Amino acid sequence: MRHGKYPLIISFLVPPLVLYGVFVLSPYLQAFQISTTDWLGYSAQADPVGLANFRTLLHDGYVWNALTNNAVLLALVPVITIALGLFFATMLTMGGRKGSAGVSGVRGTAVYRLVYFFPQVLSVVIIALLWKEIYHPNSGLLNGALRAIGLPAPTWLGDPRTAFWCVLAVMVWSNVGFYVVLFGAAMQAIPRDIYEAVMLDGASRAVMLRRITIPLLWDTVQVAWIYLAIAALDGFILVQLMTTGGPNFSSDVIGLRMYDTAFGSETKFGYASAIGVVMFFLTLSVAVLALRAARRDRIEYS
Amino acid sequence: MNRRDILRRTAAAGVLATPAAGLLAGCATAGDDKGDSGTYKGTKTEQNPLGVKEDAPLEVVIFNGGFGEEYAKAHEAMYTEKYPKASIKHSATQEINKTLQPRFVDGTPPDVVNNSGAGQIDPNGLVSQNAIADLGELLAAPSLDQPGRSVKDTLLPGAVEVGSYDGKFLVMNYTYTVYGIWHSTKLFADRKWEYAKTWDEHIALCKQIKAAGIAPWTYAGVHPRYMSWPLISTAIKFGGTSVATAIDNLEPNAWKSDAMKAAADAWHQIVKDKYILEGSPGLDHKQSQTAWCQGKAAFISCGSWLESEQKDVTPAGFNMTVAPTPSLGSGDKLPFEAVRGTAGEPFIVPAKAKNVAGGLEYFRVMLSKKGAQDFTKKVASLTVVAGATEGVELPYGLNTVVKALEASGDNGFNWVYNNYYRKLERNLVDAACGEFFSGRIGPAEFLDQCQKGADSIAQDSSIKKYKRAA
Repeated sequence: MRHGKYPLIISFLVPPLVLYGVFVLSPYLQAFQISTTDWLGYSAQADPVGLANFRTLLHDGYVWNALTNNAVLLALVPVITIALGLFFATMLTMGGRKGSAGVSGVRGTAVYRLVYFFPQVLSVVIIALLWKEIYHPNSGLLNGALRAIGLPAPTWLGDPRTAFWCVLAVMVWSNVGFYVVLFGAAMQAIPRDIYEAVMLDGASRAVMLRRITIPLLWDTVQVAWIYLAIAALDGFILVQLMTTGGPNFSSDVIGLRMYDTAFGSETKFGYASAIGVVMFFLTLSVAVLALRAARRDRIEYS
Repeated sequence: MNRRDILRRTAAAGVLATPAAGLLAGCATAGDDKGDSGTYKGTKTEQNPLGVKEDAPLEVVIFNGGFGEEYAKAHEAMYTEKYPKASIKHSATQEINKTLQPRFVDGTPPDVVNNSGAGQIDPNGLVSQNAIADLGELLAAPSLDQPGRSVKDTLLPGAVEVGSYDGKFLVMNYTYTVYGIWHSTKLFADRKWEYAKTWDEHIALCKQIKAAGIAPWTYAGVHPRYMSWPLISTAIKFGGTSVATAIDNLEPNAWKSDAMKAAADAWHQIVKDKYILEGSPGLDHKQSQTAWCQGKAAFISCGSWLESEQKDVTPAGFNMTVAPTPSLGSGDKLPFEAVRGTAGEPFIVPAKAKNVAGGLEYFRVMLSKKGAQDFTKKVASLTVVAGATEGVELPYGLNTVVKALEASGDNGFNWVYNNYYRKLERNLVDAACGEFFSGRIGPAEFLDQCQKGADSIAQDSSIKKYKRAA
């Protein structure tokens, strides 16, 4: 059996590796090469221009504006989503007051868990279109409710002061449900006797969450952080469908800038690739930083 | 697939979009020009002035938008009637750019491309990369069914200029579009309102409409460039066509000319006096047009595609009518009747198409009287072929378009900066209009922002510039 090991391994490994190389690695590498040309996308002619695209990028106000928005997303989306996810998951797994030593969720936990998960079942495109109608200034659900209770009805996506925050809210909304389930599952794995012990010591719920739950969930939170950070650097689909970056570029994100430069209002594929390369390094460094910053000792239950 | 995968893929997709383009470029940099070998050429005769090879296959790609694709199938049938040995490969898509980009790079584009819609390939990008065949020969060729006239002779004025870059006719714009201000004849008759010919009267009418509990105006807040059309039209009618030429040629301070200032000041009035339907800045074009069809607003700015776009939601007897922008005063250089008419719906023959002659011949079929009449019948839109509406029964709105065009006559005007520099209209002027018509900035800042956009295009050495004569 040992005799035939390598042919077997190789025959299993080669097809996926070739596919990965052709469809993932080579496009990445070529993007780097394209980003140093002035390629306009519809002919075979692409002259090398060195780092000129990156120099242009440094002084491109629209790119910086988009990056600022991504930075805000990066700062807020993971924090809000994780905080909400942790809160809901805690309520669902140990929010109830059933019995003195019991650790159980609030009434109707199963229903809540299902409802929170709804957005995950919808595709991002559907979510965007759904919310576009909810934010409709005249016949939308949101303004209908506001008018019913006599509050002013803003134009939401039509106002640069609110458009970006509307998209951010949808981003959080569409993500929270998954993390409720993820954190909930991780909490189930924490031995009940730990909680019973601290409850005997008279710890409050807040202390329990801060001192016991979160430290024991740290691995999961860390993973959530990285995924959400990467998602925050993207945001393309929601923005493209809900506001197309407007009004007046107030909800623009870097992914949309790249798309617009290549396929939208211009055909500058070289410059768009340069934006893509910058995005690649930003995403990479955010992921690495998040991993570093969140590194702690792993706790194992015996 | 769990959520982690989805997230990971979304993130990856972001970074991958560009490399995907990169992959194509790999082919680009690797492939080389195959020269003229393998293109189809026939002998030119009187019957076959473009030298079409009878049995050469023809590939046509149609934008599957408001006009659908049925009209194209009819044109293709007319082509095969003439060349029974030719097989036609027909396809229709909404994503012209993404579908065809690899084929342009690879040097194997289709023979006819209907480069239109939101996924339109930036024309400047194609022109500056010499990717489009010169259509000059088509213009000189005799018309298919109007004896004694060349194709050029059968076209409406302005049809050739719009598709010309530095004097070369590259883009055949098939439809003829009129831009103006629309209202419902029924609503106006019921309320005994009359469309105003001067700006002061227009404002007075707006006041009257508002008092009747209807918003005078609404607009596509998500695509506010729709409102730049009546504003620039007002300026051109006030200051003459040189206003448009200056903007098209990116002349310094073209957006801050006296005429543009007068027009922006005038239009600011409807913002200041709150004559715009509340919430309009948050509506897209469909939503605002639907609000207008529902009678929530009296006026809307749009092109003559409006009637077919709104077919499903327009109430019976609504009777939409297009009208020119009101004159600023008696000092206007152009009369009230002058409207912006221009050829739209671009068709191209790629320079590297296998069957360029066939592509040109296909255009000749489209531009025949028979082809144009069939198009107008099928999709209720005018074509650039003059007189092709004769004997065709037109819907109400389109009839008003024809009348507006006749009244406008030689005073018709147009601008083309949106074709030369797609980004300037789609991104920069668009954003400025959004700020201006929602009342966040005044007329001076509006023109400043437009001018800054135009300057940024003028200073960008990577964008090819075009000039047109006055």
